[in-house]
Amino acid sequence: MEKNNLKGWLYLLPAIAFLGFFLVYPLVDVFIYSFEEGYNSASQTFFGHGWYNYSYVLHDTYFLQAVKNTIILVAVTVPLSTGIALLISLALSSIKPLKELFQTVYFLPYVTNTLAVGLVFMILFKKTAYSDGMINVLIQLFGGKSVDFIDGPYWAKMFVLCFYTIWIVMPFKILILTSALASVDQTYYNAARVDGTSKFRIFYKITLPMISPMIFYLVITGFIGAFKAYSDAVALFGTDLNAAGMNTMVGYIYDMLYGNSGGFPSYASAAAIILFVIVLSITCINLSISRDKIHY
Amino acid sequence: MKIVLEHLTKRYPSRDRKRKEEVIAVNDFTFEIPDGKLIGLLGPSGCGKSTTLNLISGLEKPTEGKIYFGEDDVTNLPPENRGVGLVFQNYALYPHLTAYENIIFPLQNLKGEEKLSKEEMEERAMKVAKMVQIERLMERKPGQMSGGQQQRVAIARALVKTPNVLLLDEPLSNLDARLRLQTREEIKRIQQETKVTTIFVTHDQEEAMSISDMIVVMKEGAVQQIGKPQEVYDVPENLFVAKFLGTPPINVFEASVKNETLYIGSEAVLRVGGVADQDVWCAIRPEGFIPDENGPLTCGMIAVEVMGRDTSVVCTHDLCEAVQIRTIISAENKIDASKKTIRFSLKPYKTYIFAKGSEERIDFT
Ligand SMILES: Nc1ncnc2c1ncn2[C@@H]1O[C@H](COP(=O)(O)OP(=O)(O)OP(=O)(O)O)[C@@H](O)[C@H]1O
Ligand SMILES: [Mg+2]
Repeated sequence: MEKNNLKGWLYLLPAIAFLGFFLVYPLVDVFIYSFEEGYNSASQTFFGHGWYNYSYVLHDTYFLQAVKNTIILVAVTVPLSTGIALLISLALSSIKPLKELFQTVYFLPYVTNTLAVGLVFMILFKKTAYSDGMINVLIQLFGGKSVDFIDGPYWAKMFVLCFYTIWIVMPFKILILTSALASVDQTYYNAARVDGTSKFRIFYKITLPMISPMIFYLVITGFIGAFKAYSDAVALFGTDLNAAGMNTMVGYIYDMLYGNSGGFPSYASAAAIILFVIVLSITCINLSISRDKIHY
Repeated sequence: MKIVLEHLTKRYPSRDRKRKEEVIAVNDFTFEIPDGKLIGLLGPSGCGKSTTLNLISGLEKPTEGKIYFGEDDVTNLPPENRGVGLVFQNYALYPHLTAYENIIFPLQNLKGEEKLSKEEMEERAMKVAKMVQIERLMERKPGQMSGGQQQRVAIARALVKTPNVLLLDEPLSNLDARLRLQTREEIKRIQQETKVTTIFVTHDQEEAMSISDMIVVMKEGAVQQIGKPQEVYDVPENLFVAKFLGTPPINVFEASVKNETLYIGSEAVLRVGGVADQDVWCAIRPEGFIPDENGPLTCGMIAVEVMGRDTSVVCTHDLCEAVQIRTIISAENKIDASKKTIRFSLKPYKTYIFAKGSEERIDFT
């Protein structure tokens, strides 16, 4: 028995070594950095341990703005994108002949570069000397007042960012959900039909539980993805996100390291650890909720 | 409730775009199923059994023909209004619901005046659960039950809404041999208890023969013969039915009729009165052989297998379709297995002749 255990560990060794080197070691390293006060990357020196980095970050208005932006982004885009993707997938799987065509159309944004999609959004939303952007043209058509979505009020910028994020993640979610829907055995639906089950009840009682593992997967990865959002905001609002008030947590960490105001790995580490804790706890909450709600 | 099928036909458009021909899954099926009987629908794989059930349940619309439940034409009625209970080949129990939730699922669908209270549902669920003996499994999910238990839950779910018709699509195909035997008896018992008109699909002829009041033998969408199991076994209409029923299977020989005498090769094996001279198929049931030193049919001996009550003599004949002939004779006959050949005489009522072309049975006296 003892010997077998040893052998087992031996087999695991390569995997553990790689995971340790590429995952655990950096994490521990960042953790240590975050407690080293006044770290200087040029001279590799610091003058003490403590909570100062955390205190600084937590009092930094840019960081608080980034946290607020990120949380709004997560709270809005994850449920909305999953819900809309589910609706579209349902519609797609009920129109059999058009299914393949639609799948390609919806998948296009996924293989298109995010920056290219960003450009499209510029055309849709940005005010230039020549036009107000397509959306504004539409708004004016219906008698509304034109809004500057890129340099205008906070809510308008937030709207564009959320819209963009949802747009970007949609194809992947639709792809996952349509294949999840297609994999539900038709005989369940036949059985339900013979028993006179209403459409809504079939969806709620059969379809939804059957695809719940996939929905759950999308929600978890959606949460994590939205928390890590950065490049989307850059694509829309340029690199100086702090000035635009549209920074995200990852953006803040990046700026602390390499941005114009950068060169503070300790602050970046503290912010990264805070992000890590938030993502970890949300994932744990998700997992514990899923335990009684998801049917594998 | 009696079920009447009138010229029922189902054609599927060809899936192959190059060839235009259609798949005829069910071809001109006409049959009246008497009230409260258990019907065995029997045939090889792909002969249209499931399609027939789907037509009766309403999951598929017939291309032609009509279906009546009692006096009502239900041809265009959607499945939910037909009051059928359907047990699927793979049971189709909802994996995320417990046995109890599965069973009351159809009851929860009832609307308006038919709506039941929680207590009524529980009462009815418990009644059917008792009937199929799964009261103690009600809190389990399908994944935590054996195949036989799942099947009983599926039957309970089909019965709980007191259907007019119970349709079972190869319900025993996933079970092991012993459980199969046990469950088929149970299905018979449940059917007799509830007196619900039942159609039971299987490709296992023994299964169909043992529990059905009547069997329908199908081949390539067309009905071959309908009748009581014993009748169909004793008087098969054509070679296909003769071959399909019975284990071990019937032995088929190339033969000919000359002067009202049946010849296998040059041996005159049987007098067949009233049959014109022609080439025929001669089919002999395993139990139709009588070992007889002066018998007319000579076969090459392969082996003698004693199986308790019966003895099975395995032998060969050049004109037999199969490589081996299997006969079953009572164990009282002492067979000398060391001999090279064995001679038989034939029981006329276990021997059938079929026309070479149409493969229809030819009667003789
Ligand atoms: N949706 C469909 N489209 C085209 N052809 C079909 C369709 N469903 C069934 N068929 C064809 O109809 C014929 C009868 O099929 P069916 O499922 O009724 O067979 P079965 O007797 O139940 O066979 P098994 O014993 O294997 O279940 C088959 O040749 C099958 O290929
Ligand atoms: Mg079938």
